[in-house]
Order: sequence, then C-alpha cells, then structure tokens
Amino acid sequence: MKPQSGVIIRKEWDIVGARQVAREMARELKFGVVDQARIATAVSELARNIYLYANEGQILFNAIQSVNKTGLCVKAVDTGPGINDISEVMQDGYSTSGGLGAGLPGVKRLMDEFDIKTEIGIGTTITATKWVR
Amino acid sequence: MDSSFKKIAIENSDTIVQMWLKEISSLKDVNYTSTISNDLYQNASREFADVIFTSIRGQGSTDALEAFSEKIINLGWPLSYITDGLQVFRRVTTKFILSKHDQLDTEAFSEVLESVDHWVEPIIRQLVNDYTGNWENIVSLQRVALQELSAPLIPVMEGITIMPLIGTIDTERAKLIMENLLQGVIRYNSEVVLIDITGVPVVDTMVAHHLIQAAEAVRLIGAKCILVGIRPEIAQTIVNLGIDLSNFPTKSSLKKGFTAALEITNREIIDREPKEENIESLIKSIRGE
Ligand SMILES: Nc1ncnc2c1ncn2[C@@H]1O[C@H](COP(=O)(O)OP(=O)(O)O)[C@@H](O)[C@H]1O
Ligand SMILES: [Mg+2]
Repeated sequence: MKPQSGVIIRKEWDIVGARQVAREMARELKFGVVDQARIATAVSELARNIYLYANEGQILFNAIQSVNKTGLCVKAVDTGPGINDISEVMQDGYSTSGGLGAGLPGVKRLMDEFDIKTEIGIGTTITATKWVR
Repeated sequence: MDSSFKKIAIENSDTIVQMWLKEISSLKDVNYTSTISNDLYQNASREFADVIFTSIRGQGSTDALEAFSEKIINLGWPLSYITDGLQVFRRVTTKFILSKHDQLDTEAFSEVLESVDHWVEPIIRQLVNDYTGNWENIVSLQRVALQELSAPLIPVMEGITIMPLIGTIDTERAKLIMENLLQGVIRYNSEVVLIDITGVPVVDTMVAHHLIQAAEAVRLIGAKCILVGIRPEIAQTIVNLGIDLSNFPTKSSLKKGFTAALEITNREIIDREPKEENIESLIKSIRGE
C-alpha cells in the first residue's frame, strides 16, 4: 500500500474512485468492517460536497502508522466558494441544495477527529481522521 | 511521378508486405498484443496488408476497410494496432521505393514521402473513424443495457414486487429507481414494494435521501415501501449520519421483508404436511391400524 494517495474530484464518478481508495487503504490498515464502511461513507460525503459546491477539488489520503497508533487521515481540499458560517453547516439538517444536510455533521460522527478550515472565495479544507481500535 | 511510385509499390507488393510483416511482428511482442496467438496475428496482418494494397490500387471500396476495422474491434485489439501498422507501412514503403532509385536527391526524396503519405492518409482516416464510431456504438449500447439492469422491478406475486439494487447509486440511477418504482407499482398494481439494498456498497446521505423520497412517492400513490437487506455496517453508518428512517419500514433481510409483505397483503406461507408422514399414515391405514 502507498502510504499516501490522492483522488481528483471533477465528475460524479470520481466520488466512487475516492471511495474505493478509502476502502482499500482502510482494509489494509486492518480497520474492522464497520469502520471501513464509516470511512468510505465519510469520504463519499466529502467528495460529493466538493462535486456539488466547489466543482473541483481533491481527496488526499494519508496512512498513519506510528509505534502506538494506526489511522487513516482524509483531507478534502477545494478552491471553491468557502463556507460562510461553520457552525451553521455543522447543524443537522442545514443544506443549501435541498439535501438532507446530514453530510458534514455525519462525517464528524463517523470519524474520530474532524477539522474545517475555510475562507470565503479561497476554498475549504476538511481534515478527518479515524484511528484503528 | 506518383503513378510510377505506385507502380513500384504494387509490382513489389509481396516484398513490401514481407518486410512490413516482419516489422510489425516484432511490435507484437513488445506491445499490447503479446497475449495474441501468432497465427491469429499473422492472419489478421495479412488481411490488413490486403486492405492497404486494395486501397492503394484504387479499387478500394470503403466496405473492405469497414469490415477490417470491425474485425479488429471484435478481436478486442487496440486502435494502436491500426495506427502502428500504417505507420510502419509508410516507413517500409518509403524506404523500399527510395532503394529503387538510382540517384537520391532531396526532391525525389520528398516526392516519394509525399506520395506514400497520400496513399496512407485516407486509409488511416477511414479506419480510425470506423474504429471509434464502432466503439462509441458499443459504449452507448452497453449504457442502455446497464440502464435496463440498473433498477429492475420484479413482480414476485400478486401485490408484491421487489427491486433488487446492486452496485453504486449515482444521481442518474437514483432517478431511474424513482421512475421504475412508480411505473412498476402502477403497472403491477403492487401493494408492497421491497427495495433490497444488500448489493449497495455505500449508503451515504445522498442515497438515503433518494430512497426516502422514492418511498414517500410510492406511499403517495397508495402502496407501501419496505427497505430490506440492510447490512449491519450499513445500519451503523446510517445511525452515525443521523438519518431518520423512522417513517420508512425496514427489515434486515429480504426474507423478513417478504414475510412482512405477506402480512400486509393478508397472506401467509403455510407448510404442507411432510410427505413421509403421509406415506406412514397411508401404510398404517392399509394395515388397518
Ligand atoms: N466544500 C464545500 N464548499 C462550500 N460549501 C460547502 C462545502 N461543503 C458543504 N458546504 C455547504 O454546507 C452545507 C451542508 O453540507 P452537508 O452537511 O454535506 O449537507 P448537504 O450536502 O446535504 O447540503 C451544504 O449545503 C453547502 O452549502
Ligand atoms: Mg453533503
């Protein structure tokens, strides 16, 4: 397994590609079946948000294998419009596209660590990590 | 000049074809076609040579070119087989004609080049066009086939239909699911539709949203949707996402969903008495017990 990997998101089917890389890396890092599904789902949400709201971006994967911790860090980077109010988009049910609005708060619950950095007109970077238990 | 070059090429076509075959055979091993048997490769290439010379002689009917490109596609060979082959042909033929010239000045050289280019270009254009046209055709046919497969609705018994979903659900497929569900419910007069998601790898908020909307639409036309085949890990991620499925009847397996559907339609499955027992009692009755 390559410890690092990246998938560019431009078309809807790129989401599937990102998900596949996520699953593959999660499997090789020996995540359980449920956590594999959690990671793949989180990646699906982040990739779809890029496709829907930022047009183009990238999902970067980083396998973390240190002495006492193994994990997978997923970074969704885009140069889209940015997010105006982070606390707003982290509310369950908030959506500007008529969606369920459960994506971002969902990703936070699916993963162990979660962080958003965003700037209007510059873009958004969301980092989420899951640790092998 | 062109006609005299052509004469040289045609009169020596056997030699040129031999040289050409030798060169493209060496391409075969380093390239794409290393898994193809030698016989097949030689035969196809001989036919390729025929096609080229027919066209150069000017008897070139486009049918022969079309048939050839179709054959290459059916063999599953790449477009580069055609383009490489013609590239090599151009080089071999140019070299051969030049070798028949006594004095080689730049003018003769460029004339030969130009002539050969002139013969090869229409062949390339036609073959590449046919090949890609055919290919696009195949892709669009497969698309249709995939679409037909992507959201099938099976009427299992009166009032009960099943939609087994296998594979990734994108927006296009989500639309098809909705359309087929509504059409099918009306066509088969279904009371209950079971949507089986055993084969759906990831249920994210977008997929869940579409399923909820589909179930709602089915409810509006007077039928009932049951979501079945929810694998344990999918159930967990749905809960983590905070998706509310409380208005959407769910069952873990198709079997349980089917039993529920029977109940809704006021039916149940009854086991018939096992055969052995029947025979036993029959024997007993014969014995007069
Ligand atoms: N990468 C992004 N760039 C800009 N806006 C975003 C991005 N991701 C999410 N958003 C905003 O946050 C909102 C909530 O996102 P999410 O929780 O995934 O729900 P949904 O996608 O269903 O709307 C979106 O409707 C959108 O307005
Ligand atoms: Mg979203």
